Amino acid sequence: MTTTPRLVDLFEHGLDAPICLTWELTYACNLACAHCLSSSGRRDPRELSTEECKAVIDELEAMQVFYVNIGGGEPTVRSDFWELLDYATAHRVGVKFSTNGVRITPETARRLAANDYVDVQISLDGATPEVNDAVRGPGSYEIALRALRNLADAGMKNAKLSVVCTRHNIPQLDEFKKIADAHGAQLRLTRLRPSGRGADVWDELHPTAEQQRRLYEWLLEHGENVLTGDSFFHLSAYGQSLPGLNLCGAGRVVCLIDPVGDVYACPFTIHERFRAGNVREPGGFTEVWRESELFRDLRRPQNGGACASCSFYDTCKGGCMAAKFFTGLPLDGPDPECVQGHGEELLARRPADRSGIPRPSVDHSRRGPVPVRLGRRPDPELPPVSECAESPLAGLRLP
Amino acid sequence: MPDIDLDRAWDLHPQVSVRPEPFGALLYHFGTRKLSFLKDRRLLAVLEGLADAPTARDACTAAGVPASDLAAYRAALSALARSSMLVERTS
Repeated sequence: MTTTPRLVDLFEHGLDAPICLTWELTYACNLACAHCLSSSGRRDPRELSTEECKAVIDELEAMQVFYVNIGGGEPTVRSDFWELLDYATAHRVGVKFSTNGVRITPETARRLAANDYVDVQISLDGATPEVNDAVRGPGSYEIALRALRNLADAGMKNAKLSVVCTRHNIPQLDEFKKIADAHGAQLRLTRLRPSGRGADVWDELHPTAEQQRRLYEWLLEHGENVLTGDSFFHLSAYGQSLPGLNLCGAGRVVCLIDPVGDVYACPFTIHERFRAGNVREPGGFTEVWRESELFRDLRRPQNGGACASCSFYDTCKGGCMAAKFFTGLPLDGPDPECVQGHGEELLARRPADRSGIPRPSVDHSRRGPVPVRLGRRPDPELPPVSECAESPLAGLRLP
Repeated sequence: MPDIDLDRAWDLHPQVSVRPEPFGALLYHFGTRKLSFLKDRRLLAVLEGLADAPTARDACTAAGVPASDLAAYRAALSALARSSMLVERTS
C-alpha cells in the first residue's frame, strides 16, 4: 500500500457528512447551570416539531452519520424524546445523549439498558454535593447520583459520567473515577468553554495553569479508559499527544443543530458569526453541511497566524476556536489556555470593561421573577364590556 | 490474535456501518462504538466483496489486489478482525 497523508490532514478539508454531530433538542431545562454552554432555560416556541426532527434523522441516516450527541437544555423534558430516540436508533443513527438525570427513573433506565444503540451521559460537575451544586444548582448532585444508581440497577453497561473540568473539581479527578467505577460507568472529562453563560463565569472557573498540567498527566495516566471527546487537544502541546484526533473538528467533522434548527460550526459556537444555515431551508441539513460559505471557509487550510512560528503548532493547532472567540482573542492566535502561556498574555491585555468581547447572541436563560402590579386601570374612559353582557345598556356612557 | 486465515470466509460484523469517503472509508462499529479509517479504496473494495466471496483471498483477487500486496492486505484485514470489525463467516 502506498503512503497516504495523515488522517488529521484529510479531515481538515472536511468530509461529505459529519462523523457525528451534536443536536440540542430543546432549550428548556429544569436546571440553570452557571456555565451552560447553550444559555438554556426556557423552551423556544420555534423548536423543531416531532415530524421535523424525524426528517432530520432521515437525512442523517441517508448521509450515514453514525451517531448524534443529543443534548439541550435537558433533552428528556421533550415529551417526544423517547419516540425520537427510538426513531433514530431504528434508522441506524446511534444516540448518545446528555442528561442531568431528572427523567432517568428505574423504568426509563431499563428501557435504555435494553437498547444497544444508546449511550447515556449523566452530567456531574463535582464529586461532592458542595462542589457540584455550586455550579449546577441545589439538588442536582442527588438527581445525578440517583440516575447513575438507576442505570446500574437496570444493568446498563458503560453509562458515562460526564464532567466539565473546573478549577474546583480538578482536585477531585480520582473521586470522579471512583464514582464512575462504583456504578459500572465510564468517566468522561470535557473542557469548560466560555460559551453561553459560561462566558460569565469562565474567568473564575477555568483551570489554573498548574491544574491544566495535572489534568494532562492524569489523562495520560488513564489513557483511553477515560473519554474526553477530543476536548483537550490544546494540552498536547505539553509534549505527548492525548488519545483522539487532536484537531478542531468544527464544520469539518462535527457541527451543532440547535433546537430551532440552526446549524452552527460546533456545540460551543452558538453565535451568529458561526451560524451556517437552518435545517428548515429547502436543501435541509445536507445542503447546509455541504454548501454553506462558513463551513467551506473552515475547511480551507489555516495558516496558524500568530501561532505559525510556534514549534508546538503542529500538535495543538492553535486550540479551540470557540474559546478564543468568546474570550475576545483573535481566531488565528493562541488559545486562551495555551500551555505555553501565550494566551494568558493576550487575556491580560484585554480592556478592563470587556468592550469588544463578543457576547453570546442567543439566550434562553430563565429570567428572575418579573414584577407585575395587579389592579384595575385607574379611571378608564370606558369601562370594559364583556362579550356576554346581556344588559341593553352595556357600554353606554351617560352624559 | 494471530493474523487471519485468508482461505476462510469472512464478513463485516453485522453491527458495522461502512461509509465510503474520497480517501477510503470510515467504519463505525455500533457495538463497540469504535471508529476505524480505511486510507485505501482498494481495501474498501475488498471489504465490500467479502460477503459474496468464498474466501478472503478471493475477495482480494476480485478487488484487483496484486499478489505482491497480499501480505499487506492480510495485515490490514487482521487488524480489522482484532477490533471485531470483521468476523468469520460460518454459512
